[in-house]
Amino acid sequence: MNRWIGLGKDWLETRFPLIEFWNDHLAKYYAPKNLNFWYLFGSLAILMLVIQVLTGIFLTMNYKPTADTAFASVEYIMRDVNWGWLIRYMHSTGASFFFIVIYLHMFRAFLYGSYGKPRELLWLFGMLLFVLLMAEAFMGYLLPWGQMSFWGAQVIISLFGAIPYIGNDLALWIRGDFVVADATLNRFFAFHVIALPLILVGLVVFHLIALHRVGSNNPDGIEIKAKKDESGVPLDGIPFHPYFTVKDILGATVFLMIFALVVFYFPEMGGWFLEKDNFVPADPLKTPEHITPLWYFTPFYAILRAVPDKFLGVMCMGASIAVLFALPWLDRSPVRSIRYRGPIFKMALIIFVVSFISLGYLGTVAATAVATNFSRLFSVLYFAFFLLMPYYSKIDKTKQPPDRVT
Amino acid sequence: MNDDAVDHQKRRILTAAAVAVGGIGAAYVATPFVLSMDPSAKAHAAGAPIDVDISKLQYGQLMTVEWRGKPIWILRRNEEMLNRIQAVSGQMRDPESNELSQQPHYAKNKFRAVNPEYLILIGLCTHLGCAPTFRPDMAPDDLGAEWQGGFFCPCHGSTYDLAGRVYAGKPAPSNLVVPPYRYVTSTRILIGVDPERA
Repeated sequence: MNRWIGLGKDWLETRFPLIEFWNDHLAKYYAPKNLNFWYLFGSLAILMLVIQVLTGIFLTMNYKPTADTAFASVEYIMRDVNWGWLIRYMHSTGASFFFIVIYLHMFRAFLYGSYGKPRELLWLFGMLLFVLLMAEAFMGYLLPWGQMSFWGAQVIISLFGAIPYIGNDLALWIRGDFVVADATLNRFFAFHVIALPLILVGLVVFHLIALHRVGSNNPDGIEIKAKKDESGVPLDGIPFHPYFTVKDILGATVFLMIFALVVFYFPEMGGWFLEKDNFVPADPLKTPEHITPLWYFTPFYAILRAVPDKFLGVMCMGASIAVLFALPWLDRSPVRSIRYRGPIFKMALIIFVVSFISLGYLGTVAATAVATNFSRLFSVLYFAFFLLMPYYSKIDKTKQPPDRVT
Repeated sequence: MNDDAVDHQKRRILTAAAVAVGGIGAAYVATPFVLSMDPSAKAHAAGAPIDVDISKLQYGQLMTVEWRGKPIWILRRNEEMLNRIQAVSGQMRDPESNELSQQPHYAKNKFRAVNPEYLILIGLCTHLGCAPTFRPDMAPDDLGAEWQGGFFCPCHGSTYDLAGRVYAGKPAPSNLVVPPYRYVTSTRILIGVDPERA
């Protein structure tokens, strides 16, 4: 019997490297043994991607991407399609949960310096994924063709119009009409359901290839590959399977409990996950009284609103995302992890988190003079965190990290 | 030179030439795909002029019609409103309407209209394209004691006066756009075409 299994394995392995792949990336892929709960969010992001792709496929079976039918077809899914409400709420709630997971995943990198050499490319692929995910979410939000869909798209596409010389033609090219219209909806559907997901999945593969080349960072921010036993296995490494697959399954279970709770009981989350104005069909003649993007865009939106100049505002908003790409080269600290950093970095990180959350809140409220002034203050602090980092991360008083993980 | 030896320089030139020719071909192939995303012939055709009857419009009343999918405002202004426009000129970014792309030449005047009584505007904020709200009320709480009536954009707080001129220091870079229009009779307007003797 065993002989036959062995022969079967040989037959397969000479034709397709399944077992080799399993070993290289799971059974003999060694991850640091001290990974804590912050390291769950990578696998949770993949889980969210799978949920979004699956629910998305089933939504396209009933959704109709034209200006005349889009809004009604979403209501049809919600009311008449069997279990349509569940699939749609999983998809809409999933978008917000995807961003919660991604923001926590990124914050983990801030905490433990996971972007530092040699993980710069890993970070860059991740940032590209973040930008693509924002594009994917933005285009998906147009599809229900509600008031917020329409006017949100109108505002965001108009951002391109701020670019000198080519701006207006570029905005026209993106819309495919003189205003956001049927042509825009139809092409956003094409981008949302096929073009961007394909690129997203491809980049996830690149992200994982880069990760598995350099290995995971860990809460101590030290390289486990520096200390290996005689067979070349890192002393502080344990095989990803079964140790981390089990851990990630536990994380996924707890996560899905929370996800289900929201899907079933708070799918609109009081207007944070599905805005009230989006239950009104798109009206090209009337902007809603109070227009805001969904919560995951509001920090950047607040920065846009803080600047009293169209072109500079768009530039600052672009810069607030672009500066994240430069993070590996802005951080000059000799240590990676927050555990061994000095007081200046810890304070800077707290200021950054407060600024980011405050901007996120300010982006949702009306643009009063007080709110604008606070947005300006927190925008300055947001950029200061990054632009002063080469200085303060260098002079900060760090502790000596241990040789082995703790 | 040995017949069997590989001429690396020749290979590099051939490779470079093949890449260049292939690249040009790829650019040609990409062109129809890129241009297919520009507005279609149908979208261009939808820009036909519209005929609007303004005989029922009262003083101080704003009506909205749709042209090219955009909201077009027609506001009938009384003497007092016109006076207020002149009073706030000092606070405008472009009080003389010098930015020529924002209105046809026949609307480049104090009140930005052919006939000062009727203001015709494309009702989309020049900042990021929201539709501003008409706020003719004097000195309301949310807009401050200085407010002399005009348009307020709820998206990012840009403000315009009753001639669609943008207040300085706001995110919107320029005045609201006046579309091309002509009077057919004194109470009928054709929006989307210039006057015959323009």
